[in-house]
Amino acid sequence: MSTPNKPVKTTGRPVRALAILAVLVIGLLATALIQGATSVRLGLDLRGGTSVTLQPRASNDSNKITSEAIDQAVSIIRQRVNSLGVAESEVTAQGSGTNRQIVISVPGDSGRRVVDLVGQTAELRFRQVLAETSALTANDTTTAATPASGVSPVINAKFAALNCANPASRQGTGADAPTDTIVACSRSGASKYILGPAEVLGRQVSKATAGIDQQGASGWYVLLTFNGEGTKAFGSITARVTTLASPQNQVAIVLDGLVVSAPSIREAIPSGNAQITGSFTQTEAQDLANVLKYGALPLAFDRGEVQQVSPTLGSDQLHAGILAGALGLALVLLFSLLYYRALGLVTVGSLAIAGTILYLLFLVLGKSIGFTLTLAGIAGAIVSIGITADSFIVFFERIRDEAREGRSLRSAVESGWLRARHTIIVADTVSILAAVLLYFFAVGGVRGFAFTLGLTTFIDLLIVFIFTKPIVTVIAKWNFFASGHPLSGFSEKSIGRKQSPTPLEA
Amino acid sequence: MAKISGLGGRLYSGETSFNIVENRKRWYSVSALFILAAIAALVIQGLHLGIEFKGGASYTVTQPTATVAQARSAVAGLGITGEVIVQKIGTSKVRVQTGAVTPAQSQAIETALTTTFGVSAESIDTQLVGPSWGKEITRKALYGLFAFLLAVMLFLAMAFEPKMAIAAIVAVVHDVLITVGIYALVGFDVTPATVIGFLTILGYSLYDTVVVFDKVRENTKSVAANSKMTYSQAANLAVNQTLVRSANTSLIALLPVASILFVGAGLLGAGTLKDLSLALFIGLAVGTYSSVFIAPPFLAQLREKEPVMQALAKRVAARGGAAPVAVTQEVRPTTGSGPRNQPKRKGRK
Repeated sequence: MSTPNKPVKTTGRPVRALAILAVLVIGLLATALIQGATSVRLGLDLRGGTSVTLQPRASNDSNKITSEAIDQAVSIIRQRVNSLGVAESEVTAQGSGTNRQIVISVPGDSGRRVVDLVGQTAELRFRQVLAETSALTANDTTTAATPASGVSPVINAKFAALNCANPASRQGTGADAPTDTIVACSRSGASKYILGPAEVLGRQVSKATAGIDQQGASGWYVLLTFNGEGTKAFGSITARVTTLASPQNQVAIVLDGLVVSAPSIREAIPSGNAQITGSFTQTEAQDLANVLKYGALPLAFDRGEVQQVSPTLGSDQLHAGILAGALGLALVLLFSLLYYRALGLVTVGSLAIAGTILYLLFLVLGKSIGFTLTLAGIAGAIVSIGITADSFIVFFERIRDEAREGRSLRSAVESGWLRARHTIIVADTVSILAAVLLYFFAVGGVRGFAFTLGLTTFIDLLIVFIFTKPIVTVIAKWNFFASGHPLSGFSEKSIGRKQSPTPLEA
Repeated sequence: MAKISGLGGRLYSGETSFNIVENRKRWYSVSALFILAAIAALVIQGLHLGIEFKGGASYTVTQPTATVAQARSAVAGLGITGEVIVQKIGTSKVRVQTGAVTPAQSQAIETALTTTFGVSAESIDTQLVGPSWGKEITRKALYGLFAFLLAVMLFLAMAFEPKMAIAAIVAVVHDVLITVGIYALVGFDVTPATVIGFLTILGYSLYDTVVVFDKVRENTKSVAANSKMTYSQAANLAVNQTLVRSANTSLIALLPVASILFVGAGLLGAGTLKDLSLALFIGLAVGTYSSVFIAPPFLAQLREKEPVMQALAKRVAARGGAAPVAVTQEVRPTTGSGPRNQPKRKGRK
């Protein structure tokens, strides 16, 4: 690697290294100030909020999970979540390739709405209504007695048995195949339907907006525009059903196996522009418009995990994390000072600088790449106090080894460094390797942990090279250390070197 | 403290020496015993998996007066199938855990809890986990594990030597097996945080092993050329020389972990911090043991099989040497031969 047989001239340039360090710290500080980053972005588990992890599932054979489909799903869900207007909501895909999960995080108390909203992940479809009833209970004899014409008895029996009062039937299953005739409840559970095969798909909707009739005649409505394909399909379904009797003149908008709305069609609509009116409130109209606009997710999703952390627990965890960190740091410092005496101060200084750099990086990364600190991340940082201190121990013990060989402190520092350096680089590389692989293979909390662990190990490497080593080089020249003062950590006694020739050698 | 330092000096010179490599059978049997117990515990009792792996729901209510009985009766009438676990956590929290529930059932549980304890729905900490989720994260963790072991093996084989990589991996697998076994035996909950802990142990255990192996490599670089001591003896000296270092690095690594455990278990009662640090604490202890007692002896065993090393062992025996103390005194002046070797090591004054 370097300087094979050229002894002791390798004092390095401690001043230059320390100058680089100063530039680095000042640079980070300036970046943070310019970015206006004043506090570390905390994860939801530290400040309260809801996170939902969705796992993509191919809804049928033609819908393969592709990387593009996931990207598209992320952007659709992001739009949906953003439409809630909660600041700092986040939608990200984690993992790699088609093996990714979508993680939605919404801070604060509005989690419930998010869970409901992203629950609607299946594809939006338009289906003709074949039969409708407002009867709620199962085995309703009236509906069973009047089966819809052209519908198989199996479906009719299913229809009769469907109990929309049961909450379980009001959950979207996403199991509705587009080519099937299906039975479905309305979202509210107030009506149930038999629906024909899907004729228009959500992705054929190009635009949907909520508006209000300025004359006040029809109140809130939803304006709907289809793309070319959609225009044709919607034109043909409306032309066919508009002449039929109610309820078969209705077209149901079905999302995730539930009927969101089932407007009746007044006339054939070949233009691709439709208006849905009804006694909508503003919220209802906007929700319907959102469903129409963002309903077409290319994939179906399983809800992998939903986690809601109250702000109280969040702040408890934050405090616990900080306390654990402070305690751990104090113990490590105490140990260093007791064992290495004045040399332990170098550990104190190195850890302080590592901590400063880490904090500044948290600030800067929070702004630039949206890094958030989670509880697992804090744990990673605390654990890394140990790893960082380990490299100092490796270095210090090497110096003592060299001193035991009878070297002067100054030369022991240099030759000890050459050897310690190799150990430290190899050991830290293993740690970084672990962190990188953890990061790419894992989801959720593990990633936060891996990220901080990797970051801190990298900082450790940096600090050892541009702070610890130069500082030790400098202080080795001080008489206090060089003469082996009892408190220096380099006394004959603490090194265990005998001044007189050892009996063994004699 | 100074006493330990003094010991460090004596271990370094070889004045005091533990026959760690030579007594490998003893360490192997201790470990074999532990591993057998671990496997038995895994087979018989299995791991106590958290809801993240089984699928299910967890609700934590913070309310100082809340009792387990209250929570149990609140949830009782809701028709939730499967086992419902109600626990008191710390002094002011009650946690209800159920198997997989539908969103509607989840809503019903929350409503029941809010009315029973007079708290708002937002203040209840909930976690819902789908049934397939656990499989997914387990699969990912296993991928990560294998990718890591492979990468480390390649890296160590390049940075050190292939046999060191094998010995290091053996030690790591040993650590994970025993740690997982302890979890099965005691019945600690295994959560994703525990898995993070397990994976981190890998890194830690390797760190320790790397420190020891680096010294082994240095001591054995020209061991065959010098014919003064066998590979095992040189390796044993390295282990002794790094003993204080290993003890210190392990202690330093344990201190922060212990404080996370203390705060996590004492203050929060349960959760990420406790799960993570418990796994780390156990794993670190096992890792320290293996980096001294398993990895180096195993490495020595592998290397001693080489013809060169066997020939060396014969030469050393013929010289009638091998009293470890005497030998260690002689290993010093061997340097200057290897490239990139310690610059000014021309002997002990």
